Amino acid sequence: MKEFLEGSHAIAQVIKSCRPGVISAYPITPQTHIVEDLAQMVANQELHAQFVNVESEHSAASVVLGAEATGVRSYTATSSQGLLLMAEVVFNIAGLRLPVVMTTANRAVSAPINIWNDQQDVMAVRDSGWVLLFAESIQEAVDLHLQAYKIGEDPRIMLPVMVNMDGFILTHGMEVVDMPSQEEVDKYLPSYNTTYKLDIEHPQTMGYLADPDYYLEIRYLVQQTQQELLGIIPQVAKEFQKTFGRESGGLIQTYRMEDADQAFVAAGSVCGTIRDAIDELRSKGRKVGLVKIATYRPFPKDAVAAALKNVREVAVVDKSVSLGGFGPFYTDLTSSLSFLAGKMPKVSGFILGLGGRDIRVGSIHDVYEKLGGKQVDCEFIGLKQELLAETE
Amino acid sequence: MIGHLTSKPGSSRANKTGSWRTEAKPKFLKKNCIACRMCVYICPEGIISGEGKNTFTCDLDYCKGCGSCAAICPKKDIEMIPEVEGQ
Amino acid sequence: MAETLFKPGHTACAGCGQAIAARLVIDAAGKNTIIANNTGCLEVFSTKYPESAWCVPWIHSLFENCSAVASGVESGLKFLGKKEGVNVIAQAGDGGTADIGLQALSGMLERGHDVLFVCYDNEAYMNTGIQRSGLTPTTSNTTTTPTGSASFGNPRPKKPMPDIAAAHGIPYAATASVGYPQDIQKKVKKALGIKGPKYLQIHVPCPLGWRHESSLTPEVAKLAVETGLYPIFEYENGQLIPRKIATLKPVEEYLKLQGRFKHLLKDPKALKEIQAVADYNVKKYGLSA
Repeated sequence: MKEFLEGSHAIAQVIKSCRPGVISAYPITPQTHIVEDLAQMVANQELHAQFVNVESEHSAASVVLGAEATGVRSYTATSSQGLLLMAEVVFNIAGLRLPVVMTTANRAVSAPINIWNDQQDVMAVRDSGWVLLFAESIQEAVDLHLQAYKIGEDPRIMLPVMVNMDGFILTHGMEVVDMPSQEEVDKYLPSYNTTYKLDIEHPQTMGYLADPDYYLEIRYLVQQTQQELLGIIPQVAKEFQKTFGRESGGLIQTYRMEDADQAFVAAGSVCGTIRDAIDELRSKGRKVGLVKIATYRPFPKDAVAAALKNVREVAVVDKSVSLGGFGPFYTDLTSSLSFLAGKMPKVSGFILGLGGRDIRVGSIHDVYEKLGGKQVDCEFIGLKQELLAETE
Repeated sequence: MIGHLTSKPGSSRANKTGSWRTEAKPKFLKKNCIACRMCVYICPEGIISGEGKNTFTCDLDYCKGCGSCAAICPKKDIEMIPEVEGQ
Repeated sequence: MAETLFKPGHTACAGCGQAIAARLVIDAAGKNTIIANNTGCLEVFSTKYPESAWCVPWIHSLFENCSAVASGVESGLKFLGKKEGVNVIAQAGDGGTADIGLQALSGMLERGHDVLFVCYDNEAYMNTGIQRSGLTPTTSNTTTTPTGSASFGNPRPKKPMPDIAAAHGIPYAATASVGYPQDIQKKVKKALGIKGPKYLQIHVPCPLGWRHESSLTPEVAKLAVETGLYPIFEYENGQLIPRKIATLKPVEEYLKLQGRFKHLLKDPKALKEIQAVADYNVKKYGLSA
């Protein structure tokens, strides 16, 4: 049913329809609306879940870890500092192979404290073993949460999944969203069943100590599963499209790439802005397209290489930066294309929108203007020169 | 691909810690035992068993030779004897 | 008597007080128990892959979060309608309880989860090599509070953790000691018979860290109680019930068995100060028979 919804309300509704047994969260802007809604649903007995109000994000993640280890579908959501405080548990959940689903309302990281959107927070747990999905729209965020449980709980996978949605832009934005009915969700997403759980009938030890004789292989198996996901995630997206009639998720999505010789690469809501910029550029005869990263971990290296193989120039738009290094998407992309050697397109990296600085269509044109010139690997776009001039 | 998710309950029994003993091992004299079970309670390995007076024994496959059983026995009916001696 | 649920083959040091207590706790709790264990000696010596000493469902996540993990387990069981008849125990060492784990523990106690928290108190970070924790007693010589020309060991008193737990208004908080094994099991059973959050702190000598003979573990534990340095008591719904001491012994009898207090023995003034700690405990908790 189509409804005009705030992003957070839409996410709360879709989570409710996934029938989680345990929800635990700690308040942080801009995640709060999601969990407030879920708390209200529990209070109204519309959702039969245990809602655990914790004293920190570290405990929020630990509570869902414990619940998931008991064989119960669980959910948490956080943002920014909350995700950083959780980080230790985030790594642990993946290592324990527990298919928790978490929403990250992407937000800038302190200092300076800043509650607005960028994608720096998720990068702190990039290497944790979680499946990292990025939503472009509220609709896609809704759809990715359904797919997230589907992917993570697959007995071949057993990994946690994070749905990244840009803070405020998607969490507080309003959009007409096609909300799946409870019946549709029940059919798409059966209840979670696993023998990998804390069960007094079948006692087992979880979270053991692995010494150097075992650790390497156990970590390798996570990497192997991540590689298998490159085959499974497109199937999940396909099945989703068959069921719900929409393209959502997958490894990558492309826009006007058929004959493109220049391309943007980006993830999240900025892709909408880039699409608009591309339409304008196309109307001027520029053969430019977009490769949207829908799945960031596992990184869809073959898919991006295939999508970009006929392109001579790529502009990577990063809304986060590895300070002292490059934008994370830039790093992944250049690594993925390096096998092309001499035939590798020219790839430039741009940093935009940190701390909620607006990325307008004009900002994307600013990036486009840089193409054709010297290759850059980490160029900040939209800097106010007068602010920089003030520094001592 | 997944694997190595859990360890089996009680599988530590594969690790025979009796080899740790260097000096002494307990000898249950079975003379004055009153079956108070203090040795059972206090053994860090949980390897002392018995049901009535003068029936208690220790599984030397795991005994680390700490001597707590001998120390706690109110009847001094457990003695730590040199490892080299026979059973 | 039923088979133990904590099997041998674990790699605790000879004479480990924590190994004794951990077995007593789980055997008293029984097989319908799920344990969430913090990082520490107990976790390391009992679950080295692919082996495990545990015969009940057991999970270790991190150093400080067993209270929150146990909260999640309890909530999951509640959701499944399977909490009835299943005990949930969160357990940790003194550092995992009173220092790094305190926030999560406080949250669990305050939220009212039906979980028994067991603190195995060996009075320092033994797993990493005898560093001082918030439960290290005054003057104890640890690797991070060493004695020296400007140091007399740990300068600070032991954190009153059982009182902090009890201050949450929980129905049951208690202390116990490996010197009194039956008392540990009695308290575990009692605690598990009460709905809501429970706290049990067990004094567990560490021969390596305290530097005493491995055979003296029960004796040292007993002396800590008999000198008043480790008061044994229960708070039942806030009401203090002490374990009375028939004949109080001078603190020296306890201290002299342990290398960590060796530097005190030649210092009458220091001994007097430690005696004052014991006297304070006796008064505060009403330990005199």
